[in-house]
Amino acid sequence: MAVGTSKRSVVGHNVTKVDGPSLVCGRPKFTMDIDLSGSLVGVILPSPHAHARIKSIDTSAAESLSGVVCVLHHGNVSRIAHTTAGQGWPEPSPYDTFLFDNKVRYVGDKVAAVAANSEQVAREALRRISVEYEVLPSLLSVDAALAAGSPAIHDETDAEGIYDAAGNVAAAVDIPVGDVAAALAQAEVTVEATCEIPYSQHVPIEPHCTVAYFDEDGRLVVRTSTQVPFHVRRIVARVLELPLHRVRVVKPRIGGGFGVKQEVLLEPVAGALALRTGKAVRMVFTREEEFVSSRTRHPMKVRVALGAGKDGVLRALEMEATSNTGAYGAHALTVLSNVGSKTLPLYNKPHDLRFHGRAVYTNLPVAGAYRGYGATQGYFPLEVAMDQLAERLQIDPVELRLRNHIREGETSPIFERIGEGREGVAQIVRSCKLEECLRLGAERFGWREKRSAPRQRGPLTYGVGMACAMQGSGITGIDMGAATIMLNEDGSFRLLIGATDLGTGSDTVLAQIAAEMLGVPVEKISVYSSDTDFTPFDVGAYASSTTYVSGTAVLRAAQEVRSQVLDVAAAMLRQSRDTLEIHDGRVHGSAGKSVSLEEVGHRAAYVVDQHHIAATASCVPEESPPPFAAFFAEVCVDRETGLVRLERMLGVADCGVALHPRLAEGQVEGAMAQGVGHALFEEMVFSERGRCVNTNLLDYRIPSSTDLRSLEAILVDSYEPSGPLGAKSIAEIGINGPLPAISNAIYHAVGVRLARAPFTPGRVLRALEGKG
Amino acid sequence: MKIQLELNGDPHYVDIEPGESLLSLVRRLGAWSVRSGCDVGDCGSCTVLLNGRPVRSCITFAAKAQGGSVTTVEALGTPQALHPLQEAFLEAGAVQCGYCTPGMVLVAYDLLTRVDDPSADHVLRAIAGNLCRCTGYRKIVEAVRLAARRKAEGRWR
Repeated sequence: MAVGTSKRSVVGHNVTKVDGPSLVCGRPKFTMDIDLSGSLVGVILPSPHAHARIKSIDTSAAESLSGVVCVLHHGNVSRIAHTTAGQGWPEPSPYDTFLFDNKVRYVGDKVAAVAANSEQVAREALRRISVEYEVLPSLLSVDAALAAGSPAIHDETDAEGIYDAAGNVAAAVDIPVGDVAAALAQAEVTVEATCEIPYSQHVPIEPHCTVAYFDEDGRLVVRTSTQVPFHVRRIVARVLELPLHRVRVVKPRIGGGFGVKQEVLLEPVAGALALRTGKAVRMVFTREEEFVSSRTRHPMKVRVALGAGKDGVLRALEMEATSNTGAYGAHALTVLSNVGSKTLPLYNKPHDLRFHGRAVYTNLPVAGAYRGYGATQGYFPLEVAMDQLAERLQIDPVELRLRNHIREGETSPIFERIGEGREGVAQIVRSCKLEECLRLGAERFGWREKRSAPRQRGPLTYGVGMACAMQGSGITGIDMGAATIMLNEDGSFRLLIGATDLGTGSDTVLAQIAAEMLGVPVEKISVYSSDTDFTPFDVGAYASSTTYVSGTAVLRAAQEVRSQVLDVAAAMLRQSRDTLEIHDGRVHGSAGKSVSLEEVGHRAAYVVDQHHIAATASCVPEESPPPFAAFFAEVCVDRETGLVRLERMLGVADCGVALHPRLAEGQVEGAMAQGVGHALFEEMVFSERGRCVNTNLLDYRIPSSTDLRSLEAILVDSYEPSGPLGAKSIAEIGINGPLPAISNAIYHAVGVRLARAPFTPGRVLRALEGKG
Repeated sequence: MKIQLELNGDPHYVDIEPGESLLSLVRRLGAWSVRSGCDVGDCGSCTVLLNGRPVRSCITFAAKAQGGSVTTVEALGTPQALHPLQEAFLEAGAVQCGYCTPGMVLVAYDLLTRVDDPSADHVLRAIAGNLCRCTGYRKIVEAVRLAARRKAEGRWR
């Protein structure tokens, strides 16, 4: 049983999501749910070419159209190098992007933007912009981009932070620990796996959308569907050459993010159009634009080589990643680094390790942050290789993981060697219940029985596979979250957080932490989040950070407010504050005496020694405790058609204390669902000219309910000593399991290794034919 | 062109643009719960009930509502007085970002008006046209079945 959870009155309970009642009633809570009559519509002219220089651009026909207010392009805006990656400053992504450039680098790149008084007029104006292009050779694969003599995609002289612009390499990493080549050569058994993930898209049901307008003092307000309001403010101010304090960013409810809204895409364009026209401007990506012009997961080919003893214990582990970052280097270095840093510590037995790789520019869509953030790409080959090793040594795959995985009190050299695009920070794992995840998962799934007796019915063959994963909880020493808590005179509290709830329920979980510490139910906490004018700083929702980092800030602020409350109550009760306790909305002293929080609030506001009871606290994490999980998949493979049907997907996770178990399960289930999409359906397909051709949700299929007939998450008891009330993160880890677990299950069913996702009927059939 | 319709019980006699979608019309009339996810009928987030049956309002002409009645999730409950189906969605954890939720609730409402005790499989098939990217659907199925039980207990309106 996790320490202390049994006596908690708020955390650990499935309280009503604070934004739930209004969301389920459809109240106007999203970016576009405001009266926009009178605002202009902004639209972007996308490049039709994968690689071209803009020789000239003539906007006169567009500008003469009635209703067109403004046309922006590289010739009439400032040229300021920046990155669209919403990361902490200084961003580890290269400054290789401009609001508009004289060169386009992928089909869908921004050529110009129009603001007009209706969408119809704005789109007509786009058709009237005449652009003369000098078409350049397009580099539509990593191999083409790396080939000798290939043109440089980023030949501009004012980009900063590119690893090798002439060679089209955005970023590179090489982290050797010991001598992996020698250790592989000496190992009794070696296996190797190379796996590949294609272009895929996050598909939030709400596409990117932004409204930019001016407040009554002429400050620019950007109401936007973002995961990173404070980074949006900084980047918009930079690109538009405004003082930071002249920009306010407000994030209402957002309709899903999954990493794609960690990118600052529409905000600078809408802001620029608003500044130029002096009017409110709204912009929404169409679903097609969401595919073509927003961001994707980094397609990657990753090779893993394992060396082990006959006992199955790993002695050597090498991982090499070749990442396609597309036309710009958003998150190029950090996603690449995370391929190694979030995977290699899981199996910490080898002393000899190496992680190396490159992120390569191509003339294809821009990759960015996507839930899992490199770990997803790394776990696919790592866990397929572990399956191969288990087969080679005739050890059960679950048992092989038990012999190799990191335990409480242990560490890995990787923690210190690989960080977010720089050195990492050494850490000891204080909580790891992966063994419990593996044992409980195997039991619930019926692993042993299903593994030993595969079912077959005509052409339908069933198989089971499994995989493990870990992730992190925020970015050590870099991320910062802050919280402010204030007591109202009726004994309720206001909680202000910069943290960004993108549907995860973080507003609720953070309110639970405050409520727990302040002895009130969640209903007594009014949460207001993600407004750069009114809430304290927070880097935003990414890297599985909010519960752990922002949650610790809330815990600290609550402790300070609690202390201030006790000071007032001690004076009222004439008792020493050391003996006082807060629960049930009252401060309790000895001899049955107590005062209510309302009385405390009223006294502090109006009566004696008047002062505002409030505190602000921050957290920069000193470590990033990994959550752990075990995944089990059962598939049915039709040998005649190659169709893989997912029969069951089970994820068992250790997220420390689950502050809101149902929301935590929901994170794992939702992440696994996206992982199933990666495994079975999702791939952006390109024409030979580099144009994405499946830009709707029929041709690019994400899992629907009938694809996920049995998908379930279970949480095990755990307690993370460094986390707020024992918690660590949970949002990303679930996406890492399905790709390898399903690949391994297909192998168990029909004896072919699927190493290229997604495992479509065509690929499965070809693999079966290859096997003969 | 002017059309006459009932939206959540209120009569309207409104001007519509040629080719205007029902999605655009109901949002203009204040039904903010109806939200666009794809604008081509693929995702289901803009689902409304037209004369009692679910339609994708983004690919339904506003003119089709002439003389008819349109129901959106605003008609079910309020945050202070939730409909039992909405309560079940919250209790089961079926709401994450909440963007697809109004459409999902309406499809579930339609199912439960026709079927008293749907199996999990029945619910999965009923909601198959409404995409949710957050939940993995498990908790939505739980919510609908929970609501069905409450309906059987007479807690329904």
